Amino acid sequence: MPDASSPIQSATNAARQGDVVGVGSSAGKGWFYADAVKEHFFRPKNFMQDEAAYGDAAMGMVGSPACGDAMKIWIKVDPETERITDLKWKTFGCGSAIASTSMMSVMITEDGGKTLTEARKLRPQDIMERLGGLPARKVHCSVLGDKALRAAINDWYRKNNRHDQIQVEQGRIIDKVLKITDHDIEEAVLDGADTLEKVQQKCKVGTGDPSCIPEVEQLIRFYMEKFFGANSMGA
Amino acid sequence: MNSSRLIYLDHAATTPLDPRVLEVMQPAFADTFGNPSSFHTVGLRAKELVAEARASVARLLHVREDEILFTSGGTEGDNMVVVGIPRAARVQIRQQCGEEAKPHVIASAIEHHAVLEPLLSLQKSGEIELTIVPVDREGLVDVEAIKKALQPNTVLVSLMLANNEIGTIQPVADVGRMLLAWRKERKTAFPYFHSDACQAAEFLDLNVEPLHVDALVINGSKMYGPKGVGVLFLRRGVKLEPLVRGGGQERGLRAGTEHVPGIIGLAKAFELAQAEREDECVRLTVLRDRLVDGLLQIPKSRLNGHPTLRLPNSANISFLDIEGEAAVLYLDAEGIMASTGSACASASLDPSHVILATGLSYEAAHGSLRFTLGHSTTQEDVDRVIEVMPGIVERLRRMSPTNLDMKYFL
Repeated sequence: MPDASSPIQSATNAARQGDVVGVGSSAGKGWFYADAVKEHFFRPKNFMQDEAAYGDAAMGMVGSPACGDAMKIWIKVDPETERITDLKWKTFGCGSAIASTSMMSVMITEDGGKTLTEARKLRPQDIMERLGGLPARKVHCSVLGDKALRAAINDWYRKNNRHDQIQVEQGRIIDKVLKITDHDIEEAVLDGADTLEKVQQKCKVGTGDPSCIPEVEQLIRFYMEKFFGANSMGA
Repeated sequence: MNSSRLIYLDHAATTPLDPRVLEVMQPAFADTFGNPSSFHTVGLRAKELVAEARASVARLLHVREDEILFTSGGTEGDNMVVVGIPRAARVQIRQQCGEEAKPHVIASAIEHHAVLEPLLSLQKSGEIELTIVPVDREGLVDVEAIKKALQPNTVLVSLMLANNEIGTIQPVADVGRMLLAWRKERKTAFPYFHSDACQAAEFLDLNVEPLHVDALVINGSKMYGPKGVGVLFLRRGVKLEPLVRGGGQERGLRAGTEHVPGIIGLAKAFELAQAEREDECVRLTVLRDRLVDGLLQIPKSRLNGHPTLRLPNSANISFLDIEGEAAVLYLDAEGIMASTGSACASASLDPSHVILATGLSYEAAHGSLRFTLGHSTTQEDVDRVIEVMPGIVERLRRMSPTNLDMKYFL
């Protein structure tokens, strides 16, 4: 049983005095995320509370719970100005994924709202920057929000019979050094590469810019799931 | 912080040092600091302390003192066995099974990374043949499945005593008996039988005789002892190629000056753990069951692992439609420390290989939470988790776009 001198008990005492413990205790040092991440994780902004009552809105969705991340985004747009007046979201994912979506919802709707053209240019890096950065291995958790947003924008154009404005996703550059896009990775996966090593054998992604590897791994997982089903992952 | 008490429920990750252990360790840092290999009074005193510790550990395992090797922890012990035994057997297997034959190793799908990673690496480099034996829905290995996997060139079978993630206790004694019969029938020394007992040392009887193992690994940091020190029991006559070579310490199988304070601390911690384990098992089983019953009241939840053949301190539960890392962070904000098998909490981006091996979906693995109880755990702590958890699950589910069918749990 714990007595006053046991380590757990001393930690407990310290907690009572308010100098250690849990979230916020060691901000900037020990805790995993920056303050802005914590704020958006513990007090998420603009998440969809009541879908039925929200009314008609354009919607976009990416990911799947098997990948570990899934995201759904609804937008309301002023048809005159083409500004996004409201954005709601739902996210299945870790702290980084939730915080990233929440921050994105703020960035899109602040100052009167971004236009659809502006919103399409939002990059995961912009969101991460506003969050004060994410740990390297968490970067992949933040790359789905802008994709879901662009899907919702396409959906809005579709609903408004503006088919000429729908943009099929262009290849997005993943490896800046080798200019390798997500489509290259998609093709490698379709070609039978089911691990990072096999994908690298095909396109050398990440060898010039190792910082993109977490995102590459996430993409491999995503495409494996998309094309071959939930339990298809290689060893 | 909403709660004034820190509720640590991650004892399978590591345990705090027992003050009684710290007390016996302290003199060895500065007073009896000698090198056990030295031929003088200070060295001799250190040598005696290591010998006493070795004798104590040997007594508790019911083995000979020269069968105890001190290591830097569970990972090193496991690596020494799964790498060292196949390497030492290489020539013999070639002689017996032909020039092309490689040593063959069998391991369960839910072994710790400290076993699986070196084995996969040896397989990749072409040093061994490897068979991974599956587990059932409860995480149990089938003795017959191991028997079927045996080959004339099988040199090692590795099966953990109890799993670190889901707590399932494996039929190690049954496998040991089967292997004894197999070896006797074929008049061969192979395969040797290895068991990682790191999670079990605190709760199970570690008399190795009824287990029929040839190698057993434990470590200090899971039983209120120091980190960075472990024990490898290696049965006499088992040939092992060392990983660490140097000054010939530990019968030449693990070179390096002995970590004397750690060794003393480990021996004391093991002695206390084994002396107190029966009472602690009874106490924790009650608390663990209370926690499991309470948490399973939450809709779309499921207990991972075996309902009864599990460590008394271990509760692993999946909640559909939520992601484990987010839940761990919300629990942390309430002062409750738990862990998860979610991919997002791992460096590899893969969800728990253990939960996937039991046949559960990726969805269920991402939503798994592990609570492991320990000395400090009280009924109040357990009730606090039961009180807080439904709100956290509800909050995350309201944010989640998924509403998965229960078929993901079947």
